[in-house]
Amino acid sequence: MSKIICSAAIRGARKIIDMAEESYEEALKKYGADHEVSFPNTAYYLPVIYSMLGAKVEKLGDMKDIFQECHKLMPPVVTGDIWLPYLAPALDAGMATFFAEEMYEAVRYLNTPNYYTKTEDPTADSIWLGAADDVIFRKRGVEFVDGTAPGFAAIMGTPADPEVASRIALELQEKNLYIFMHDQTNGLTMPDLLTKNNVQVGWNTRLVPFGQSYTTAVFAIGFACRVAMAFGGIKPGDYKGNLLYNKDRTFAFVMAFGPVSDEWYANAAGAINWGFPTISDYDIPEVLPTGICTYEHVVSNIPHNEIVQKAIEVRGLKVNVTKIDIPMAFGPAFEGERVRKDELFMECGGGRTPGVEVLISKNMDEIEDGLVTLEGPDICDIVQGQNLPLGILVEVAGRQMQSDFEPILERQFHHLINYIQGIMHMGQRNIMWVRIGKAAVEKGLSFKHIGVVLHGKLHQEFGAIVDKIQVKLYTVEDKVREVMALATSVYTERDLRLGAMTDETEDVFYSCTLCQSFAPSHVCVITPERIGMCGAYNWLDGKASYQINPTGPNQPIEKGECTDPDNGYYVGINEFVNQASRGAVPEVSCYSLMNNPMTACGCFEAIAAMLPTCNGIMVVNRDFLGMTPSGMKFTSLAGMAGGGNQTPGFMGVSKHYMTSNKLFKAEGGLKRVVWLPKMLKEEISEKLKEVCKNIGMPELYDMIATEEQGTTEEEILKFLKEKGHPALEMESAV
Amino acid sequence: MSDERNGCSSCNTISLASTKDLLNQDLAKQVRTAYDRIDSRGMSSCLFGSSGTCCKNCNMGPCQIIDGVESMIGVCGATADTVAARNFARTIAAGTAAHTDHAREMVRGFIATAKGETPHEIKDVQKLHAMAEVFGIATEGRDKNEIALELGNKALAEFGQQDGTLTMLKRAPKKQQANWKKLGIEPRGIDREVVETMHRTHMGVDQEFHNIMLQGSRCALADGWGASMLSTELTDIMFGTPVPRRAVVDLGVLKGDHVNVTVHGHEPLLAESLCLAAEDPEILALVKKVGAKGLNLAGVCCTGNEILMRRGIPVAGSFIQQEMVLATGAVEAMVVDVQCVMQSVAQVVKNKHTDIITTNYRAKMPDAIHIQFEEHDAMGSAKKILIHAINNFKKRGEYYIPTDKKFDVVVGFSHETINYMLGGRFRQSYRPLNDNIINGRIKGVAAIVGCEHYKYADDVHFKIAVELLKNNVLILATGCAAQALGRMGLMRPEAAAEYCGAGLAEVCETVGMPPVLHVGSCVDNSRLLIALTEMVKEGGLGESIADLPACGTAPLWMSEKAVAIGQYFVASGAHVVFQNLPVTGAKAFNKYILEGMKEEYGACWDYEEDPIKLAHKMIKAIDGKREALGINKKQDRVLFDMEMRRDLTSGHGIPGVGCGQK
Repeated sequence: MSKIICSAAIRGARKIIDMAEESYEEALKKYGADHEVSFPNTAYYLPVIYSMLGAKVEKLGDMKDIFQECHKLMPPVVTGDIWLPYLAPALDAGMATFFAEEMYEAVRYLNTPNYYTKTEDPTADSIWLGAADDVIFRKRGVEFVDGTAPGFAAIMGTPADPEVASRIALELQEKNLYIFMHDQTNGLTMPDLLTKNNVQVGWNTRLVPFGQSYTTAVFAIGFACRVAMAFGGIKPGDYKGNLLYNKDRTFAFVMAFGPVSDEWYANAAGAINWGFPTISDYDIPEVLPTGICTYEHVVSNIPHNEIVQKAIEVRGLKVNVTKIDIPMAFGPAFEGERVRKDELFMECGGGRTPGVEVLISKNMDEIEDGLVTLEGPDICDIVQGQNLPLGILVEVAGRQMQSDFEPILERQFHHLINYIQGIMHMGQRNIMWVRIGKAAVEKGLSFKHIGVVLHGKLHQEFGAIVDKIQVKLYTVEDKVREVMALATSVYTERDLRLGAMTDETEDVFYSCTLCQSFAPSHVCVITPERIGMCGAYNWLDGKASYQINPTGPNQPIEKGECTDPDNGYYVGINEFVNQASRGAVPEVSCYSLMNNPMTACGCFEAIAAMLPTCNGIMVVNRDFLGMTPSGMKFTSLAGMAGGGNQTPGFMGVSKHYMTSNKLFKAEGGLKRVVWLPKMLKEEISEKLKEVCKNIGMPELYDMIATEEQGTTEEEILKFLKEKGHPALEMESAV
Repeated sequence: MSDERNGCSSCNTISLASTKDLLNQDLAKQVRTAYDRIDSRGMSSCLFGSSGTCCKNCNMGPCQIIDGVESMIGVCGATADTVAARNFARTIAAGTAAHTDHAREMVRGFIATAKGETPHEIKDVQKLHAMAEVFGIATEGRDKNEIALELGNKALAEFGQQDGTLTMLKRAPKKQQANWKKLGIEPRGIDREVVETMHRTHMGVDQEFHNIMLQGSRCALADGWGASMLSTELTDIMFGTPVPRRAVVDLGVLKGDHVNVTVHGHEPLLAESLCLAAEDPEILALVKKVGAKGLNLAGVCCTGNEILMRRGIPVAGSFIQQEMVLATGAVEAMVVDVQCVMQSVAQVVKNKHTDIITTNYRAKMPDAIHIQFEEHDAMGSAKKILIHAINNFKKRGEYYIPTDKKFDVVVGFSHETINYMLGGRFRQSYRPLNDNIINGRIKGVAAIVGCEHYKYADDVHFKIAVELLKNNVLILATGCAAQALGRMGLMRPEAAAEYCGAGLAEVCETVGMPPVLHVGSCVDNSRLLIALTEMVKEGGLGESIADLPACGTAPLWMSEKAVAIGQYFVASGAHVVFQNLPVTGAKAFNKYILEGMKEEYGACWDYEEDPIKLAHKMIKAIDGKREALGINKKQDRVLFDMEMRRDLTSGHGIPGVGCGQK
């Protein structure tokens, strides 16, 4: 009965608004109207309010108008008979609920700044993380974009049994969903039950404890709103665009355990606006007719062993999971899981023992598909703490296989091995490091399972180019050394071949529209010397991806005549991008920040911005939280560079591009770069120094300022003058 | 005067409890009503007139034509098809003229309001802006009255426009627009189409029934997408777009201790002014002075619908009840303007204290008093009328109000309301309606519109509605038909569970709406055109109104306006079933009406006297559309994987490339 639900939702919304308004009034007395309020480190203000109303709540006093909006949205209570239509009023009340909850939580951040941990993982003091800041949001949001995560389950309360809670969490993880947890049921909270049952909780395992109050459901909704704004190019205030974007693309739903309060109903009603239905284990009324959500709106009385299946069916989600026959759970949700010291059983590589992984192609007749061998002791042969060397040699063959594709396949090892629950993989090539947890060993892990995973997944993802795969694993040192020798020669050859490739040597570049499900208007152009700004796709990837799926997101572009080698204007590229953007971007330069810079969806590793006073360019990476000399933090800059628009002076770049010969070629190249965060500068220092040397200015490296020299243009300018930075002598770039 | 009113020889059964109750009172027995007149006329309707083949367009006749009898064609040689088509087209022209003059007055009132010359104001600024956009009027940074004035002037120009096409045609689905263009029936100016229809049906002009009906359609379209739509939209902007509200209908809304003033007719300018004047301190003081507890304004006929929808003011009776309202003896004055006011009302009140007050120079009648409603002194006129009525209170004699005979209704389902109620402020759209039609919970949509009369039983609307609801057909209702359904309790939200099939009941329960939605007065049928267009635009139900599982009916149609309405629906692609039509005497024309039009418009007329059979004709028509759309069978749930989500962006990507490729 929709009537019962709508009536309750309207009642609940009233209570929540009153509660929020009360806390606001108190805060107003205490801090005054001009006191700043915000969620931690975000450029999206209070994201639900910002995305729906276009209103920026920056100061406490700004909340007044929003509360007025809440009151305007609030309908009268539903009468017992001769009622007026209540669905729409209840949805409005649900929306008002989120506005109120967002302000309530913002006031909470003000009153108790450390109420939430504000970290990726729970701390010793608290399990509740609070709202995702923009660093977490961008990192995780990208997974929504590329399809690694189809959506999220916003969980209210918990099943009482820790085993049941853990199983439901695992099932949701296996569907690749994020699990946002809120509130409690009969005094129990889901993250508590999971932790006690030794389930790792935090952003890394996609099991995110947002908050212990139902009001934190707004963190989940705010996350969805930000995805639409950051990646979908939806403008703040375009509520319809945002809501429909989420209905069509973010496969999220509410999963409620136990009795449903008026306040929960209010939140559920709000979520329906986004097309997120509610699935409950409790005996509450149902709302089955479709329309606002893709399918049903409220489904109830679902037994715990069916609830995950039911939820994804109601939401209309299809998850393609190939079953990998290993005793551990497997999937992207386990990629970020860690194996901590006291959970560790043994480790390989990582400086402790020799470790190496390599993939090479061979002739078809040299390979027996599916063969997985292990030479040396297996896990079951050793005791805890006994580390082993590890060599992973994957040999593939296929009619479409080219040696150029070897590194692409090899690069998959990292995430594929990480997908196995209980194993942690870091690094690559001969600096790889594998940590194996006790839990995995208890479930019967064998090294051979790594082979099973690599064989199965590489076949699945690269079936178009690979026909046969065999995996040889070695845990005896001399054999590992043999593999390492082979690998070293392969790496050297590979690097030489890649290094020799330039934009001039290749006639074809590749487009990338992988993000188009989330960023409909943006198209990346990937050249040999400028990899995708996400850092994940280089020219070879584009080529391989095209081989694998000729109608897929990476298409070859005949670059055509180069009309301006400094800016990087190519006739073919312009034609392609003009068509792809439907005339919105008629011209794009491949190497300029100031002239028709390349557009971005929002998943760039770093952002370049012009500093007019310094006559130079700064680049800031996503992980740098501090202020930059542009006067904006990364998150604000991201708003300038993203959304598929050309904004001269702002551009998304990959870290790799920083050491490319084509870097800002139109503006004078690396000599224009005046500021980098220290962490970025150090991360790429080796290559950076090499490029400095190559351009005949080895001293340039030390002339590039970091936040240690300052975070204002004035400070940086002073430093540049002291050092005699070449940018100061160059012609004005603005 | 007959004591037994149930089942007279002309089969005009009275089932309505309030009417029955009242007519059984001694005081009402002295009143001669339409029921009595039918009884006493002693002659049934003229067969030639009923079948469309009486021609009195020139003085060589009148000629009664018998199709197929060579000796019985017109003196001029006009065949039955020509005569029936000319009569049909003239009916359309008369109906269109009625809506047009009504609309013209509303537009003039709108302009006067924009100039600040009336007590009204521009209430719905959002809708003003929306309409301004349709008419290509800039809104940014402009005062609402300035925009309204420009809109009003542009609207007024549509009446006298000679060339080009009417502005609001472009609101229709693309396919309808293309079809009208192809057929050459895009209306040029509203008045022009009425005049041309009258000209072409004059003796010796257009004598090819198909060609006559092309002009008939053009004239009707000038009503639906022109006059009526202008009236609805500008009236909404001026008096507020209807939103859901509770109200009561039927004779029981009259109050014994109040001054009862009923407003009858069509144009809400008068009624709205009366509503404002009723709150005037001077009026309230006078009410007190005469010893009444208050002033009770109540509507009758479509004026009733207008103030019911916008203000929740009760409706005392529909067309069929106008004499009954007066027969109570409890009404101090019935204020009338134009259309559907029976001349008998002044006779019904002959021995009573009640005054019939005519207010429009166009519409006077013997034994009524006339107080001209001056739009530039609206408050003055309104107060004068009310003062007259209040002064009658003390003269009230014996009266009887069937006080227990009134029904709760929930009304106010404008296009905007429907749009809002299906998704709230942030997700409003017709998507849930389309979705639930596609998934079969709702079979389709029916419009029950139009009038009432005394030739058939008074529960025809109800019977049709019940049959449709049982079969999961959602009903939109306007005009006196809407009141008839309200009086039977179908506009209570509770009615969904009582009358609907499981699927429709579930949808009504989800939304909280009654199964019959009151959309407004008879000019507001234009709202249905917009609603149908929205359904097309929302997607999933075809690309044309003709594809929609929708059907209309005007059972008990009485006024010529109903035929104009029917024709603009047919010409817009909506199938329409009446109980009878004056076309049966002309074989070829009849066939064209029933079949031929379908080839041109994708929709045609039909008729069926029996209400249940009529309902099933509608259901059959709806089922046919469902089948054509391929939604007549259960569909599997589609689950979306990443690839399919990428495909959702079709239209954005690069053709033939990446995720945009199809």
